[in-house]
Amino acid sequence: MANQVCFRNNHLENSWSLSAYQSNGGYEVLKKILSEKLTPEELIEDIKLSNLRGRGGAGFPTGLKWSFMPRTVDGQKYIVCNSDEGEPGTCKDRDILRYNPHQLIEGMIIAGYCIDASVGYNYIRGEFWEPYARFEAALEEARAAGLLGDNILGSGFNFQLHSHLGAGAYVCGEETALLNSIEGKKGQPRFKPPFPAGFGLYGRPTTINNTESLASIPVILAKGGQWFLEQGLPSAGGEKLFSVSGHVNRPGNYEVPMGMPFSELLEMAGGVRDGHQLKAVIPGGSSTPVVPGEQMMDVNMDYDSIASAGSMLGAGSVIVMDETTCMPRVLTRLAYFYYEESCGQCTPCREGTGWLSRVTQRIEDGVGVAADIELLDSVAGNIEGTTICALGDAAAMPVRSFLKHYRDEFQYHIDHKKCMVESDW
Amino acid sequence: MSMISDSARSDIENWVDKYPAEEKQSAVMAALRIVQDENSGSLTTELMNEVATLLEMPEIAVYEVATFYSMYELKLVGRHKICVCTNISCMLNNSKAVVDKLEDKLGVKLGETTADGEFTLKEVECLGACVNAPVVQVGENYYEHLNPAINPDKIDQLLAELRGES
Repeated sequence: MANQVCFRNNHLENSWSLSAYQSNGGYEVLKKILSEKLTPEELIEDIKLSNLRGRGGAGFPTGLKWSFMPRTVDGQKYIVCNSDEGEPGTCKDRDILRYNPHQLIEGMIIAGYCIDASVGYNYIRGEFWEPYARFEAALEEARAAGLLGDNILGSGFNFQLHSHLGAGAYVCGEETALLNSIEGKKGQPRFKPPFPAGFGLYGRPTTINNTESLASIPVILAKGGQWFLEQGLPSAGGEKLFSVSGHVNRPGNYEVPMGMPFSELLEMAGGVRDGHQLKAVIPGGSSTPVVPGEQMMDVNMDYDSIASAGSMLGAGSVIVMDETTCMPRVLTRLAYFYYEESCGQCTPCREGTGWLSRVTQRIEDGVGVAADIELLDSVAGNIEGTTICALGDAAAMPVRSFLKHYRDEFQYHIDHKKCMVESDW
Repeated sequence: MSMISDSARSDIENWVDKYPAEEKQSAVMAALRIVQDENSGSLTTELMNEVATLLEMPEIAVYEVATFYSMYELKLVGRHKICVCTNISCMLNNSKAVVDKLEDKLGVKLGETTADGEFTLKEVECLGACVNAPVVQVGENYYEHLNPAINPDKIDQLLAELRGES
């Protein structure tokens, strides 16, 4: 099976409209919750049962996260959606916003109901104007239909939902940087603790979930946590969106069961581009360690299986590389990305990403020296675990893994001042 | 005299209304985008100071935001800012050829603006449209599948479309 959760409406004409969404059962779960006064406790139990794990990359169980909210404490609480999709290789949330925005809205209203938040914000990256416009239009439709705002469907439950547009900063995908950004500040991550559930947006209890996680909620509650669990694995329920990009014949977003063999997903994406062989795969977005192609062909698309290959599922962003790929060139580009995007707050990341970028660049340019490989390893090691947020580790992991699997290519660059492979790109 | 138009002010007010009454600063990102759009795509110190006054925040706090996020421009840019993604998925799909072709057609390098002030070419980080690589962003729009080896006319069409607009 495929396309049963976030992409379940994509085949409908104008799938982003309220009428299309409602023609396929949209907002029925919300109506049921409000009319039958289902309790947040029972809803959260069902989400725990589903074993929905956070789709932004960390994989933390969504139901458990919601249960951390101090629901019964007085005062304002917030639900925030993280649509700051910027991890290279990842482009699934963009399609949820463009093709199924009402399912995200319904998910956010239900989340607000479950954690006692009367206000929500959807943080959409600034470059996503078209998805933002779609989401805004859907908000207007939902408000006009009495599904969003004060006294929803006469239930007495109030929920206000707004978009917040970013302006270009990868680090704002980190949840506390994102909160600072909504507060109108530089998007620099905060120390944790305190965690957002205690001290979040404007200092109030806040839950932050990824777009795909929140958009999955209405389907989980409509069909039951047990149904969702059974679509995937006991360790991670559901179907999940995988963005397959790079050297494949049919790049695209594929919503398939958690645990599908990588080889099947690759086949769905049309296989490696014609006339070429699989060389390497980055399975979960640019931060996750690279896996040699041969090894990847034995891996399934779930947290445990990918971990056994030394990498991570991340946000399900599968980057496929064929034999024309020069690994030092790819790592040089990734190192530059993290250097560009480091927020500058922690010294190991601010300085270390600069070193990683400059040293990879000189190896790529054919002016690297023999000690550079050890230098890269040592700089990466000095970033790991020493920063406030995960961006430092995200910069270090590609370096470690590229050197682990493709050290010979780096050595060749240094020795021969040129690339080992022929590339047509 | 104010350099921010009435319509931009009312647009900014709409954003202020989304946030708690005592949290006007939350609208600073939207306000900077709105005044930048109205000023041919870049910000000036005067505009940032006006935003500070409007949102009752220190000027330095506005500068911090304007210099932190990559979509704000503190120098003049062309009428059309062509933002080319060269990150991994675009790179694997020949974004280098996209850059080469744009540089060739426009006669400028990445980071430069054409002499007639029509185009700025800017290298950007991942635009989040990786399955449609290679991708560029111009204003509110994405242009996708631009590999010249596969779609030889797409970049010419894009430039013609933009020239027609100006």
